Amino acid sequence: MSLALLALLPFAGALLLAALPNRRRRLAAWSAAVAPVAGLLIALSQAPAILGGETLRWSVSWIPALGLTFGFRMDGLAWLFSLLILGIGSLVVLYAAYYLDKDDPPARFYQFLLLFMGAMLGVVLADNLILLVVYWEATSLASFLLIGYWNDRKDAREGARMALAITGAGGLALLGGVLLIGHIVGSVQLDAVLASGDRIRAHPLYVPALLLVLAGAFTKSAQFPFHFWLPHAMAAPTPVSAYLHSATMVKAGVFLLARLYPALGGSDAWFWTVAPIGLATLLIGAYVAIFKHDLKGLLAYSTISHLGLITLLFGLDSPLAVVAGVFHILNHATFKASLFMAAGIIDHETGTRDMRRLNGLWKYMPWTATLAMVASAAMAGVPLLNGFLSKEMFFAEAVSTDAHVLMRWLLPIGATLAGMFSVAYSTRFIHDVFFNGEPVGLPKAPHEPPRFMLVPVEILVVVCLAVGVAPAYTVGPLLAVGARATLGTPLPEYSLAIWHGINLPLAMSVVALVGGALLYSGLQYFINLHRIVPLPSGGQAAFAFAQRSLIRGASNLTLGLQTGSLQRYLVFLIGLAIAAGALPFLLDAAPQPSLPLTSVTAVFAALWLVGTGAAVATVVTFRRRMLALIIVGAVGLVVALLFVYLSAPDLALTQLLVELATVVLMMLALRWLPKESPPERSTARHALHVVISCAAGLGAAALVMLVLARPFDSISPYFLQTAVALGGGSNAVNVIIVDYRAFDTLGEITVLGVAALVVYALLREPRLRAASSAGTAGGPPVHPLMLQLVARLLLPLAVLVTVHLFLRGHNLPGGGFIAGLVLTIALILLAVSHGEAWMSARWPVDFRAWVMTGLLIAGLTGAGSWLLAHPFLTSTYDYPVLPLVGALPLASASLFDLGVFLTVVGSAMLMLVSIARLQAGRRD
Amino acid sequence: MELLLAGFVGVLVASGVYLMLRARTFDLVLGLTLVSYAVNLFIFLMGRLAVGRPPILDARLAPTLANYADPLPQALVLTAIVISFAMTALLLVIALATYAETGTDHVDGQEPRAPEDRG
Repeated sequence: MSLALLALLPFAGALLLAALPNRRRRLAAWSAAVAPVAGLLIALSQAPAILGGETLRWSVSWIPALGLTFGFRMDGLAWLFSLLILGIGSLVVLYAAYYLDKDDPPARFYQFLLLFMGAMLGVVLADNLILLVVYWEATSLASFLLIGYWNDRKDAREGARMALAITGAGGLALLGGVLLIGHIVGSVQLDAVLASGDRIRAHPLYVPALLLVLAGAFTKSAQFPFHFWLPHAMAAPTPVSAYLHSATMVKAGVFLLARLYPALGGSDAWFWTVAPIGLATLLIGAYVAIFKHDLKGLLAYSTISHLGLITLLFGLDSPLAVVAGVFHILNHATFKASLFMAAGIIDHETGTRDMRRLNGLWKYMPWTATLAMVASAAMAGVPLLNGFLSKEMFFAEAVSTDAHVLMRWLLPIGATLAGMFSVAYSTRFIHDVFFNGEPVGLPKAPHEPPRFMLVPVEILVVVCLAVGVAPAYTVGPLLAVGARATLGTPLPEYSLAIWHGINLPLAMSVVALVGGALLYSGLQYFINLHRIVPLPSGGQAAFAFAQRSLIRGASNLTLGLQTGSLQRYLVFLIGLAIAAGALPFLLDAAPQPSLPLTSVTAVFAALWLVGTGAAVATVVTFRRRMLALIIVGAVGLVVALLFVYLSAPDLALTQLLVELATVVLMMLALRWLPKESPPERSTARHALHVVISCAAGLGAAALVMLVLARPFDSISPYFLQTAVALGGGSNAVNVIIVDYRAFDTLGEITVLGVAALVVYALLREPRLRAASSAGTAGGPPVHPLMLQLVARLLLPLAVLVTVHLFLRGHNLPGGGFIAGLVLTIALILLAVSHGEAWMSARWPVDFRAWVMTGLLIAGLTGAGSWLLAHPFLTSTYDYPVLPLVGALPLASASLFDLGVFLTVVGSAMLMLVSIARLQAGRRD
Repeated sequence: MELLLAGFVGVLVASGVYLMLRARTFDLVLGLTLVSYAVNLFIFLMGRLAVGRPPILDARLAPTLANYADPLPQALVLTAIVISFAMTALLLVIALATYAETGTDHVDGQEPRAPEDRG
C-alpha cells in the first residue's frame, strides 16, 4: 500500500498545485515539496526490506480481459532509482524556488515537475511492461511541457517539439517491442519477463523485439544518432535541465537497459548493437562538448557522452560492467545535477551562459566556484571523487573484454580518448568561467546567489565527495542491491576501494588526466576556442528536413488528390469499391456456384426485356432530361412488377408509390433546372467513365449470381414461425418492421423526418427564392380541368384506401408506410392539379407538425413499454371485435405504425409542398 | 432466371454509375436513382428467388422458407425504398440551391474552364 502511495503522491501533489494561485512562489514551492519529501521518507522506510533482498509488490486489476494489472513492484534497482528521483526532486524543488523569476507562473512549473516525477516513478516502479510504456510516454509529455515552459520563446517551443517527436516516436517503438516480448513470454508482467530470458533469446522474434526496445531506450537516453534533441531541450529552465535532462528522464533509457538486461542481454545481438552505439555516443558527445560556448550546451553534450558511457557498460554484457553501469548512473546523476544547478546560478547572477563572456568569476562568487570545481573534477574523473571510481571500473572493463579482436583494440583506445575529452571540457568549464581574465560585458554585476539556492548544490557535492572518499561505507549497500536486482543473479566479486595498486586502468586514468589538460591548453593556446563559430548540428538539420519533407509530401498528396473535381473523387471512390470487390475474384477465393438455376417464364422474360431496355435507354437519352426521367420511372415500375412477381407485395406497393412521388418531385425540380445536359466531348475521361461503369455493372452482376447460386441459411424461419404468436400479425414483413425491428424503423422514420426538415429549411433560403421568382421556368402553371375533377373525386376514395391499407397492414400487404404513401399521392395529385396555393388556402396544414407528431407517437409507444417494465418497444396485441367492422387487429405495434404513417405523410408532403411552393415564387 | 436477374442488376448499376459520373447535378440524381433500384434489388435477392409465395402467413402452411419468401430482406428494402426517396428529394433541393447560387448545374459549382474539360 505504501508503494501505491509513493507512486501516486506526486500526482496528488500536481492536482493540489492546479488549485493554487499562479503567482505565489513560496506557497507553490512549499506545496510542491510535500510529495517528494514524503515520498523520500516512505522510500527510505522501505530500506530494511529492500536491503534484505525483498521485492515489494502492490497491484489491483486493471483490464482483467487482457490479464493486465495496475501495479507496482520495488526491487533494488527500482528502489535506487526512486531514491534518485525523489532525492534530486526534493533538491530541485528547493532550487527552483530561487531560480524562477517573479514573472514565471510557479504553480504551473511545479505542477509539470510533479507530473514528471510521478510519471518517472511509474516507469521505475511499474510491475508490467504495458504500464511502464504508459508512464514512459507520460514522461515524454511532461518533458515536452517543461521544455516549453517559457512558451513565448521560439527555441523553447521548437526544442519541446523536437524532444516530443523523438522520444515519442521511440516510445511507440518501445510499445511494439514490449508487445513482441509479451507475445514471446505470454505475459507482460515484469516477474515473468525477467524469468524468461532464455526463452526470449531463443525466439525468432528476439532480434525485432530487441531492436524496438533499444529504439525506445536510445531515443530517450539521447544516444547517437538520436542525441541531437537533448541540446535543444536545454531551452528549458535550468532546474528542469538538472532534473529531467541529466539526472532522471534521460536515465529512463539506460534504466530500461538495466531493467530488461536479464531478459534481453547476454547475446551477440545485444553486444553488437548496444556497445558500438554507446561507444560512438561516448566519443561524439565528449568531443563536441569541448567546443560548446554555452555552459548548458557543454553540460548537455557531456550528459550525452556519459549516457553513452553507461550504455556502453551495459552493452559490454559482463556482470562487472553492469555493476559499473549502475554505479555510474548514480554518480553521474549527482555531479551533473549539481553542475547544472551551478550553471543555473551563474546564468541567474550574471545574465548570460556564454563562456566567451563569462570569465574570472572566481573573484565574484568564490563559493559557487569551489562547488562547481569539485563537481567538474568528479565529472573529469579526478581521484577521491565519485566519478573516478566508476570511471576506473569502466577502464578495467574496457581492457578486460574478451570480445572480438576489433573491440579489444577499439575499447581501451576509445575509453582513454573519451576520458581525455571529458578532462578537456571539464577543465574548460572551470578555467573559462572562473579564471581566464575578466568578464566581457555581463548584463548584471555578478555576486553570490541567495544562501538557500546553494544548499542543493552543496548537498550534491558533499555526496560526490563522500562517495569518492569512502565508497564502501556510503554507496556500497545501495549499489549492491541495485546491481543484484539488475543482474538477477548473485553479484560478481568487485571492490569499491580507491586504490587498486598500479595497474592498466590507473595508467589510462593518468593518460586521460594529463592528456586532457594538455589538449585543453593546446586548443586554447593554438586555436583559441572562443573564436570557433559553432556549427548547427547535423541531426537537427536532418530532423528539420524530415519535418519539412513530411509536411510538403502531405500537402502535395492532398493537393494531388483534392483537385476540387467531384467527378474525380467519385471515380476514386467507385474505382476503389470495384477493386475491393474484385480482389476475392482475382485471388480465386470466391466460392463457385453450386445450385441449379430456375427456368425463365414468358412473363418474367417480358418484364426483363422492358426493364433492361429502359435502363439502357436512360444512358442514351439522359441529355434530354424530361424523357430520361420518364424512362427512369419506367425502370422503377419494372422493379415494382418484379417485386410482385417475386412474392413481395409490400415492396411492390411501396416501390410503385415511391416511384410516383419521386417522378413528381423530379419534375417539380426540373422546372428550375436546365432541361438539357450540354454535350460533352468524347475524351479519355469519358472513356474511363464508360470502363468504370461497365466494370461496376459486371461486378454487381457477378455478386448477385454468386449469391443466388449458393445454398441458403437464414434466420428468417424464426420470424415466420413466431410472427402470429408473438407479433399478432400474419404479414411477416409488416410485423418485422413494426415489431421485431421497430427500433430500426424508428431510426429510419427519424431520418426521413430530418431529411424533410432539411429540404424545407434549404428551400427557405432567400437567394434561392429570389432566383426562382426571377423565373427561369416558362409561363404560369396550367391546371387542366379534367385532372382537377379526377383529383377531387379520387381524394375520398384514396382516404378510404389509406385507412383500409393501414388497418389490414399487420395481416395483409399494407401498413403505415404504404398507407402514408397512398395518401401522399392523392394529396400531391390535388396539389399539382390545382396549384399549391389553392390547396394551402383550403387546407392550411403545417406538415412539420405531422412529422413531429408521428415521431412522438412512435417514440412514446416504445417508451410506453417501460411503464410495464419491458424493454423499449416491446409490443402487445389483442383483437377486439367492434360492431360493423368485425375483429380489429389492435396491437400496440399498430400505434407505432400510426406514428410511421404520420411521419411518412408529413415528410413526403413537406418535401413536395416546399418544392411546389417555389413554383409559385411566393413567400410562405 | 438467376442469370437474367443478375444481368438486370448489372445493367442498372452500369447505367447508374455512368450517369452518376456525369458532370451535371440532375444526371447525377438520375444515376443515383438507378443505383438505388439496383441496391434494393440486390438486398432483396439476398433472400433468394420465390415465385408465388408471399410472406403472408397462412395457418394451413408450415412456416418455413419452402412455403414463404424470406420476409427479412423485404422488410429491410421497404424502409430503404422510402429512405432513398428522402435522399433523392434532398439531393434535388441541394441541386436547386447550387444552381440558384452559382448559376450552373455543374457538380463542381462552376463551369469547366477549358472546353476539353467538359463533361
